[in-house]
Amino acid sequence: MAKTKVLERKPLTFSEKTYIPQIASGLAATFVNMFKKSVTLEYPEVRPVIPENYRGVPTLVKDPKGRVKCVSCQLCEFVCPPKAIRIKPSEIVDEESDRAHIEKEPAAFDINMLRCIYCGLCQEVCPEEAIFLQDSFSLSGYTREEMVFGKEKLLKLGGTLPDNHFKWDKKKSAEENTEKDH
Amino acid sequence: MLEIKVTDTVTINVDGELAQVPKGVNVIEAMRVVGKEKEIPHYCYHPKLSVVGNCRMCLVEVGNPMRDRQTGEAILEENGEPKIGWAPKPVIGCATNVSEGMHVRTNTPNLIDCRNGVTEFLLINHPLDCPICDQAGECRLQEFSAEHGRGYSRFKEEKNVKPKRTRLGPRVTLDDERCILCSRCVRFSQEVAKDDVLGFVDRGTYSTLTCYPGKELSNNYSLNTVDICPVGALTSTDFRFKMRVWFLKRTHSICTESSVGANTEIWSREGKIYRITPRRNDAVNDTWMTDSGRGLFKEFESEDRLTSYSVDQVAKSLDDAVVATRALLKAGSVGVIGSAHSSVEEQYLLQKIIKQTDATCEMVQHIGEGDGLLLSEDRTPNLRGAFINGLIKQLPERELGQLKASIEGGSIKTLLVFNQDLEQLGIDLGKLKESIQVIYFGNSKNTTSERAKVIFPSLSVFEKEGTFVNQNFILQKFKQAVLPPVGLMSECGVLKAILHELNNEAPETAMPFMDELWSEISENVEILKSVKWSAIPEEGFALEDASFASMNFVETQNLKYKPNLVSKTV
Repeated sequence: MAKTKVLERKPLTFSEKTYIPQIASGLAATFVNMFKKSVTLEYPEVRPVIPENYRGVPTLVKDPKGRVKCVSCQLCEFVCPPKAIRIKPSEIVDEESDRAHIEKEPAAFDINMLRCIYCGLCQEVCPEEAIFLQDSFSLSGYTREEMVFGKEKLLKLGGTLPDNHFKWDKKKSAEENTEKDH
Repeated sequence: MLEIKVTDTVTINVDGELAQVPKGVNVIEAMRVVGKEKEIPHYCYHPKLSVVGNCRMCLVEVGNPMRDRQTGEAILEENGEPKIGWAPKPVIGCATNVSEGMHVRTNTPNLIDCRNGVTEFLLINHPLDCPICDQAGECRLQEFSAEHGRGYSRFKEEKNVKPKRTRLGPRVTLDDERCILCSRCVRFSQEVAKDDVLGFVDRGTYSTLTCYPGKELSNNYSLNTVDICPVGALTSTDFRFKMRVWFLKRTHSICTESSVGANTEIWSREGKIYRITPRRNDAVNDTWMTDSGRGLFKEFESEDRLTSYSVDQVAKSLDDAVVATRALLKAGSVGVIGSAHSSVEEQYLLQKIIKQTDATCEMVQHIGEGDGLLLSEDRTPNLRGAFINGLIKQLPERELGQLKASIEGGSIKTLLVFNQDLEQLGIDLGKLKESIQVIYFGNSKNTTSERAKVIFPSLSVFEKEGTFVNQNFILQKFKQAVLPPVGLMSECGVLKAILHELNNEAPETAMPFMDELWSEISENVEILKSVKWSAIPEEGFALEDASFASMNFVETQNLKYKPNLVSKTV
């Protein structure tokens, strides 16, 4: 057993016994802070500034043309550690549609926010840059079902982000050029 | 096709180590024997198809012992070892057969450089659409690109664009951009399916896989082209965009379509089957299976499947149904219509019940047209099992024989029916309603189940485990891939419960373990004497079939079956 060391308590000095220096220094701190800028936020009326690369709620984003970027490759579903993501893939069958060359899109995309641990692996793994953990951090609901975010809700939360690659547009223009050549 | 007879072996030197490999095989197969298959990537070579050598991926360096041109004497190194004359350039492993004393190098920097070059060329016009490609996860190009690709493209020009969804046939869709022109599908159609409809048209980077004008890839083996396609060019129209393969659990099973008993793999996720693919077994189905056999799982997803035990058409518990069955069986005058769709274990337990109740058993034939390949005339997976278990002594006929007369004559009071619709057998239950009680084991609702006294829903082959005996008397094991509908026990469990009830024994609470059941079977069935459940290998166990040599089974010649011609002529 460890040996207990008994510390001897020093007796108070005279000035400590009067309390006056302690009260004075305490009041000084109070007065100084009264004239400083307040650090408290009036949440939720006032929201904090979210730093860049903050990992908030995962969302689905659209490209500047309003196209859903997700092609339901299901890599996020695979990589998700708490298995919060469920995707039902489907084929884009409409031949006339300007998205027909992309071939695949999610029919359903559910993220169970009660399971999500905000790790950001889904964003990291996404080959189409379609899922982002954005700045939304506060979420609530009355039922468990409400906390499973569907495709529509995720797209609403995600909004539109700039596209740096235009991968599918390039693909489409290559297709059209080839048709011209032949 | 390459037939390997493992009678002679030769000694070769692989990366400095000596190895014994079968004589006459090519370098890729030899590496498979040595366990270095992974070292030689390849696309166009397939063990069951002819060698064309057009993908150039399986490059290896080979050298043979040098001989003096004049004398034919072996030239030796200073240390007495034979001097090796290395070929000046890498050669393709698929078209190079091994010979005595051959030296093979599989991983020199030069070779890896060559393979990297081949990969770079293959990827020039490849769309790299792995996120939407169904082959992702089981794609050879993806695997080898990870190993031999450079990670970025030096190709600045615009990629070639080809049609993305050409319909080749009712079940196959072609994505031409992904095709690497390995010609496996073309060779398969020519050599195995004998339906030569595929070919390449146009030249250079415009080469495109096409069907002969006016024809389509519609034969019953078309989906095998999807299986052997090393990339995502040929896709199954049914499985397309349904599920990524890495989510699917693979279970070894046996195809129940015909007595061929093709070895299969069931791909399922969370109790739902997504596809069935063949599994290699050189004694049974090589690496192929029929398209029709791949869709069999859909029958069990239908609405009119039986899902609960019932007595007098009222849903009851298993115990109630078993008690009702006992009363019917104890009354005597029992007839049994057995099934060659039942597994060996089920047939064994049924035979025990038949013996105890002194019942008469008959079976009916299920035949269809054979195609001489992997679809035999006998459309049941386990007719041989019924003979082995002693359920029947003679080949079943199209119609019931004596049993039908007994049923209609009223001398059968209780009829135990397995997977048969009595109406199709010409027995009108409406007329016989008063005189006969039916105990029905079956998958789905039909006129027999509507009038049956007791119903035991049976499970599909995907929901239980057991064995089948195929056309060549090979005992093959199938495993459980998905869970059965809630509350249902396998037929083995049900039959065992009935047996216990008949003998007034305490019922077992757990499902019967196959090990236990098989120790009983091997004691009582002569032909299965030496068999243990856990010892049945994946590739099946060939049973002694001499005692059945005089039988005229309905199968005609197919891929792995030769009919007994001697007895046919007698």
